Amino acid sequence: MDSAPEPLLRVEDLSVHFPVQGGVFNRRRKMLRAVNNVSLTLNKGECLSIVGESGCGKSTLALSIVGLQAPTSGSIHFEGRPITGKAQPSRIERARMAQIVFQDPYASLNPRQTVFTSLAAPLRLHGIGNGEVESRVEEMMRLVGLKPDQAKRFPHEFSGGQRQRIGIARALILNPKVVVLDEPVSALDVSIRAQIINLLLELKERLRLSYIMISHDLSVVEHMSDRVAVMYFGQIVETGRWESIFANPMHPYTRRLLGAIPDPFAELSGKKLIDEAQAPRPPSGYDYHPQQFDRQDVYSAPQPSQLVAIAGDHCVRLAPVA
Amino acid sequence: MNGALLEVEDLRIDIGSGESRHNAVENISFSIDRGETFGLVGESGCGKSITALATIGLLRRPLAISGGSIRFKGQDLRSLSAREMRKLRGNRIAMIFQEPMTALNPLSPVGRQIAEMFVLHQGASWHEAERKAVEALASVQVPAPDQRVKNYPHQMSGGMRQRVMIAIALACNPDLLIADEPTTALDVTVQAEILKLMQELCDARGTAVLMISHDLGVIAKMCRRVGVMYAGHMAEERAVADLFRTPAHPYTRGLLGSLPRLGSRGAHGRKRLQEIEGVVPSIAAFPAGCRFEPRCERATAICASTQPGQTDLGNNGFVRCFHHG
Amino acid sequence: MGLRFNLVIGGVLCTLIIGAAVLAPWLANYNPIMDADLMNAELPPDAQFWFGTDAQGRDVFTRILYGAQVSLTVGIGSQLINTTIGLIFGISAGYFGGWWDDLVNGLTNLMLSIPSLIFALAIMAILGPGLVSLLIALGLTNWSWTCRIARSSTLSLKSQGYVQAAKTLGYGDGRIMATQILPNLIGPVLVIATLGMGDAILAEAALSYLGLGIRPPQPSWGNMLTDARELIVIAPWAAIFPGIAIFLTVLGLNLLGDGLRDWLDPQMRTRRA
Repeated sequence: MDSAPEPLLRVEDLSVHFPVQGGVFNRRRKMLRAVNNVSLTLNKGECLSIVGESGCGKSTLALSIVGLQAPTSGSIHFEGRPITGKAQPSRIERARMAQIVFQDPYASLNPRQTVFTSLAAPLRLHGIGNGEVESRVEEMMRLVGLKPDQAKRFPHEFSGGQRQRIGIARALILNPKVVVLDEPVSALDVSIRAQIINLLLELKERLRLSYIMISHDLSVVEHMSDRVAVMYFGQIVETGRWESIFANPMHPYTRRLLGAIPDPFAELSGKKLIDEAQAPRPPSGYDYHPQQFDRQDVYSAPQPSQLVAIAGDHCVRLAPVA
Repeated sequence: MNGALLEVEDLRIDIGSGESRHNAVENISFSIDRGETFGLVGESGCGKSITALATIGLLRRPLAISGGSIRFKGQDLRSLSAREMRKLRGNRIAMIFQEPMTALNPLSPVGRQIAEMFVLHQGASWHEAERKAVEALASVQVPAPDQRVKNYPHQMSGGMRQRVMIAIALACNPDLLIADEPTTALDVTVQAEILKLMQELCDARGTAVLMISHDLGVIAKMCRRVGVMYAGHMAEERAVADLFRTPAHPYTRGLLGSLPRLGSRGAHGRKRLQEIEGVVPSIAAFPAGCRFEPRCERATAICASTQPGQTDLGNNGFVRCFHHG
Repeated sequence: MGLRFNLVIGGVLCTLIIGAAVLAPWLANYNPIMDADLMNAELPPDAQFWFGTDAQGRDVFTRILYGAQVSLTVGIGSQLINTTIGLIFGISAGYFGGWWDDLVNGLTNLMLSIPSLIFALAIMAILGPGLVSLLIALGLTNWSWTCRIARSSTLSLKSQGYVQAAKTLGYGDGRIMATQILPNLIGPVLVIATLGMGDAILAEAALSYLGLGIRPPQPSWGNMLTDARELIVIAPWAAIFPGIAIFLTVLGLNLLGDGLRDWLDPQMRTRRA
């Protein structure tokens, strides 16, 4: 990626709020603010990782991007064209823009359909003729490292890693430009993860894909990403190229996340990944935002703060000192 | 090894009966000294969890111990009656599980669930036990423990629930704590807190820990010695530092090579991760010889036909492989 | 092994009963209505009357064969209606949620709060007796369980990866419900439907007893039992044989339902192979 980055998908000021009912007799509805004013750009050929812990809104954001969750406000643009709100394209049109690979390879395949049906039905739906369907399924099986004749089988006849390959094949069968990877390896066995990570990176080069990866596993994120966005309670707190995030993490939450990873090699060498004594200070007049990470109110609007560029596209969320 | 707290020798566990009987775990030997933390690491289906359940006498049909011995403080646990075993469980040997929400009783306040341990094993009165429960909750660093004892499990976060589980497990100052993936369901920052807490409490009380995990990082952080299990066999058993520095078994080497290492991309650029080809065999189709043979790069004819014995590696470590090193 | 057993025994029983119903005119030696002969009344089973005769001297065997037509029509027909209604309401309510879900939920709760027999009784009273009104009455009143199961299964299925994936692949809602959700409901719904057939056969008996179902002299297992009630001591065969017929039918349907459920599950099927 030496050429200038070419924006492919842009998320602009996106918020997703869910109504939560208090109880049978409590009709007053609270809004759970899963995603608050998130803006992101995915460039062509890039892997952008969204990192955070459970409940930070990263999965909701992913679902919005593939059209499975309508945003409350804000918009998403694909190749400059809005794909949310009134201008929303049909499902058929949208299918060729972005696809998703799910975390759990056991729940992501229909147990009553053979792999062939799972892969061929979308092709037929998109008007592709029978002869071509078969060759396309065959090609896709090979591409993800499976044998074409295995397509006759049902999902339960495959191991977790093989199922994840099938999930990837299904996501790629319509030649989408963007693939959202929702924790693609965290449900897999350790010895299988490397296979899938390598496969995803190979496919990205070979098919010129762009990835948005959702993950909580920072070692996988470092290995795969070009850019990283760290999310905490619905907001991006730090974003930038992978080198800056991992070599020079600034936001206390990012540092906390990095410091919490039990890395076997760091553990044994006694070398800490994060040295709190060397935490970089925020620009004068500002504090990092948020400051505390124990209890967050997900129902009220967050305190005013802004994502400020520190160096290049390395941005950190700051709030003026009170 | 004198003074070993738990000695497991040649443990063998089978699943099913008659024609559909298969071996799940075989030739498992390890020992844990007082106050020591021993790790069992392996992928799902490698038998680490059932090995742990066997040591606490909680195996249920169709699983059953079919050979070997488990000695706790020199006493053979397999010879104990169900009643004697119950007196030991929760009292001298305690266990915490992966999912605290399913391990806790949803209909009872957590304070009562802790207090129950004192009543059951120490003959305390309920009144006294409830007071001790507050102390126990304070010891696992739950804020406002006198209020929190009244909470039900669903009113707590995952991290808090796991703290409650630890409080219950450590209530009677057990000699051995078995922790089966205690932090797998938790976020990394919460995991770090829980691991630190477990370490501090067990160090202070001299509790030995049998730590079960698939996460090599957790094992490296918590344990002094570790056994690597693969498909029901102990592939390698080493001091943790030795294991990571000079892994001997091809499986361990493959596993370590397959991990994306934090910081390595910055130092050396992105390298293709080393893969272990193939999949873990199912219990019904374990190979006759070395169970890693079908996936092993170094496999030769002998690996397919013969199970490798233990090769001593010094420093109390061993490997089961014909072509280790 | 057990799998095959259920399917085979259930299948054989159901085939026999359906065969009996269809071939009744050729299998029976008598006319079920016209061949009444008081001289032959209440005869025990013998070579001439295999299952004995009833109070009017009609052949019980013949009437059971013809009664099977009524019972099976009522059982299968009413369950077809019930299952269709239950599936349409249940799947759409679970899938779309919102006000439609609230409405369907209210309706099922209402249906469940009134005994379905009372409901059927009311419908029969309006429509009058007869086979068609029986089908309508029993077909409109017993779909709540199917609906509930379909709704709750849909709720959990719709968050599964493959249903979500189908949406992103461009499937329309109708196609998703038909190809991704419906096939996964077949197991539980089949079981409910087979149990419901047994219920419907018994309900037919009850309604016939009240004079609202199949009108005598037209035979149905229900009104045969009713008629035989007074003869239970002197001519027990007149009650026992229709009773056995109902028992075997319900048993056969249940075994078949269980067998089909397992057989339709690809996981069980390939494990067997």
